[in-house]
Amino acid sequence: MSEVDFECAECTNPVEPFLRSERMPHIWCPGCGIGTTVNCFTRALIDSKANLEKLVVVSGIGCTGRVAGYLKLDSFHTTHGRAIPFATGLKLANPKLTVVVYAGDGDLSAIGGNHLIHAARRNIDLKVICVNNLIYGMTGGQTAPTTPEHATTSTNPYGTFEPGFNLPHLVDAAGAVYVARWTTFHVRQVARSMQEAFKKKGFSFIEIISPCPTLYQRRNKMGDGLDAMKYYKQASKVKNGAPTGEVGLTKTGEIAVGKFVDRDRPDYRELMVHRFHESLGDEYVETGELVCS
Amino acid sequence: MAKGTVKIVVERCKACGFCVEFCPTKVLALSPAFNSKGYHPPHMVNPEKCSGCDLCGMYCPDFAIFGYKVGEKPAQKEAVHES
Repeated sequence: MSEVDFECAECTNPVEPFLRSERMPHIWCPGCGIGTTVNCFTRALIDSKANLEKLVVVSGIGCTGRVAGYLKLDSFHTTHGRAIPFATGLKLANPKLTVVVYAGDGDLSAIGGNHLIHAARRNIDLKVICVNNLIYGMTGGQTAPTTPEHATTSTNPYGTFEPGFNLPHLVDAAGAVYVARWTTFHVRQVARSMQEAFKKKGFSFIEIISPCPTLYQRRNKMGDGLDAMKYYKQASKVKNGAPTGEVGLTKTGEIAVGKFVDRDRPDYRELMVHRFHESLGDEYVETGELVCS
Repeated sequence: MAKGTVKIVVERCKACGFCVEFCPTKVLALSPAFNSKGYHPPHMVNPEKCSGCDLCGMYCPDFAIFGYKVGEKPAQKEAVHES
């Protein structure tokens, strides 16, 4: 008896039809968690039966930014930090699209930090997936706004001394309607969270803590990607609905995970249409969808 | 009799070990063989224990492995979107 007994030649990896296979293997390091998040994303797309003709993936620059290039969907790889502004334009011009922003922590919270805050404040209907590896990976391991205190980086060889961003708290305070955090260890939960975000109208933010074995784990003597995953397994604690002010990350401490915020408030377009109807009355005609020919 | 099995694309594997570590029934181990990039891809050491849960497929950052249940095709996207 062996595995050959039920060989299924036509069975393929569920992620395969979503990949531009001519670009494989990807450039992500062994033990990097970004590929795992892509698996979760594609499983969420399959399970939610999302209309792929109406789905757009926008990403910025960085390791995570390459996701847009590897996915065989309508995807766009924008300039550094400008994934959210590009996605905002897409969503406002074509409100029927589901717009997913797939970006890293540096791209979203540092270079595009202002855009993140204001998109959350305006409650633009975007699904933001933030793969947080706690460091600038592609550029050589510099301190990022999310780097926890005392972590060694190439720009802080004696340890980071500045306090890091608590991203769920930031977007919650700015007004996001859905905020969750998981790690790459929590694959099923990430996929479920993404499905919930697809159903939500408004600014949804999912932070996924991911290993960066080459720059973060190595410099901090925290082992490789597998050791990071074991640490996530042991240190993460599900705290659904926890006040986001208390879920900050530390270098070796507990990782609070779960769905922190799930609320409803009118999104940008709804408010805009309402306001125009109120002040212009019948003169205002909704343009609806722009059609490219 | 095993309820499922896995398929491995040996050449894509970067031997991170996620599938080996997190397989709930400990079906996999890194094999002593090399792929062309010099990594040790996983192989099945306990094939009869595989439940076909596809957790290895969820974890694999290199899209090199996936699991499926016997007699069941894994869920796929419905219409492949051509660019």
